[in-house]
Amino acid sequence: MADTDERNTGGHFGFAIAPGMTAGNPALKTIVEPRAEPVRLRLPRAPRGTGFDLCVYGATSAFLLLVVGLFIELLWSSRLSISTFGLSFLWTSEWNPVTNQFGALPFIYGTIVSSAIAILLAGVVGVLAGAFLAEFCPQRMSGPLSFVIELLAAVPSVVYGLWGLFILAPVMRDYVDPFLQHYLGFLPIFSGTIYGVGMLTAGVLLAIMIVPTVTAISRDVMAAIPQTQREAIWALGATRWQSFQMVVLPGSRAGVFGACILALGRALGETIATTMVIGNRPAIAASLFAPGYSISSVIANEFTEATTQVYLSALIELGLLLFIISVVINALARVLLWTVFRPMEG
Amino acid sequence: MRTPVTLRHPRSALGIFASAFCAGGVAIILLLILGYVIREGIGAISLPFLTQLPHPVGVPGGGVGNGLVGSAIIVGLAAMMAIPIGTLTGLYLTYFGRGIFAATVRFLSDVLSGIPSIAIGLFAYTILVAPLKHFSAFSAAFAFAILMLPVIITTTESAIKGVSHELYEAALALGVSRHHAIIHVILPSARSGIITGIVLAIARVTGETAPLLFTAFGSQFWELNPNNPMAELSLQVFTYAISPYKSWHEQAWGGALLLIVIVFIMNLGARVALKPRFR
Repeated sequence: MADTDERNTGGHFGFAIAPGMTAGNPALKTIVEPRAEPVRLRLPRAPRGTGFDLCVYGATSAFLLLVVGLFIELLWSSRLSISTFGLSFLWTSEWNPVTNQFGALPFIYGTIVSSAIAILLAGVVGVLAGAFLAEFCPQRMSGPLSFVIELLAAVPSVVYGLWGLFILAPVMRDYVDPFLQHYLGFLPIFSGTIYGVGMLTAGVLLAIMIVPTVTAISRDVMAAIPQTQREAIWALGATRWQSFQMVVLPGSRAGVFGACILALGRALGETIATTMVIGNRPAIAASLFAPGYSISSVIANEFTEATTQVYLSALIELGLLLFIISVVINALARVLLWTVFRPMEG
Repeated sequence: MRTPVTLRHPRSALGIFASAFCAGGVAIILLLILGYVIREGIGAISLPFLTQLPHPVGVPGGGVGNGLVGSAIIVGLAAMMAIPIGTLTGLYLTYFGRGIFAATVRFLSDVLSGIPSIAIGLFAYTILVAPLKHFSAFSAAFAFAILMLPVIITTTESAIKGVSHELYEAALALGVSRHHAIIHVILPSARSGIITGIVLAIARVTGETAPLLFTAFGSQFWELNPNNPMAELSLQVFTYAISPYKSWHEQAWGGALLLIVIVFIMNLGARVALKPRFR
């Protein structure tokens, strides 16, 4: 009964619990907490016209200016590339600094494919892991397990990259890739030479990096389903798994989807770890074993070597592209999560 | 009371087993990563490693001393920029902001937290490196400050909202002004939450590498002037890791271990600080 009360009042999401559980991963913090605040009627407005007021408004304006400036500055700095290549920048695949021909397709392809692999793996594993923490796990175990999974989110990406380069890539080269090729080699995506570093390795590493995001948000979204709904279906004789399948999962669909999209956004923008394991070859290959390149890694690798204005501008346009993609994705994820947590507030 | 998990239905048992397997698998991967970093990195950690400059390839020894100092300077500068703006903006979202404007600020802060750090690094480059024509630690700190802002804003907002409203009313009932109530009653009560947010923000940027590639750039020397290129620990780990030299790889593992220890300590510290004294 205590459990039910906690869920219904939103106490489960109260400030005292959530920050600790989502520590280390700012992406988790920002969505789970403010939306999850229990009902608090409008705070009274502070009076205007004092020094302290000016500080608060000044800081807020500075923040707004910074975010808007970020977009305008990236747009402005890539104007040369935008005017030279136009939209063909997005679908031509020649990237040649010598002749100043720049087309971003191989990088867009690499980013999309590696992130797609990541979200496919992390989506399934993360949602199931989140379900375990929210639904099936004995309560004594839930805390420590959540803690470990969220520490995974705090590991710096360069450490993931190092681990991916020296541990994961050889394992993929010697065991996983040959295994896939042996059984599924007739598919073009699992054919060709095995390098170790490449699209699939990058996807797997990215999946490991984003799985805590999916897990933690799925867990919170599922825990937000009122306990009475579970009790109702248990009373009809359903098992715990059936209650998850028939009540919890359908009820938390939007939130779980939002979690996956948010995680996808992280995978798309991840730079250092991807750069270390994707192989850095600007070519589009059918095989997932082949080395590829991503938007963020080409910026990381080539920016300090860019010699001409157009080259520099093309790289900044890639940054602008990442910026726009992540704004769209984050906005979408937040709208989805908002639909989950909002009803609990009012 | 929760009903106990029973396995009376084979398909349900399978489903629960699969979900337990996934959760366990994720936890095991963390332990694997930690295990490897400790195994490979522990050998590199020594007093000279922590205090010396990097040695050229082929010369044994050397360390990441300048990187540690550089990290502290860059993160410190970033915190000095981000903390006032972040906490005041967070405060704005509670007792000051209303309506569409506050919603916009909150939305932008949410969105900013999802912008890839490399794009923010490019921004720092275009406004602080390109016009001045040299890399600098200050530009790196600026990029880091932007990365810290959303974390600080969000945690500050929820920490202030978490303060019992009655406390504010009680202060007003005693006849103090609203400003006095906010500054002397609300903010002190929210302090541990705000500090937690700041520590988490610092932990986040300490592990960040991407924006440094074209802002701080790295350095082989003891560099204390923020107007110059500067070494940074995570950047050193990256440079060593992608180099072809075995001795540098060992240094990379050592640096990675150091980085993980620093970040974990900050995360754990933030959690401990947050432990509510009374609920």
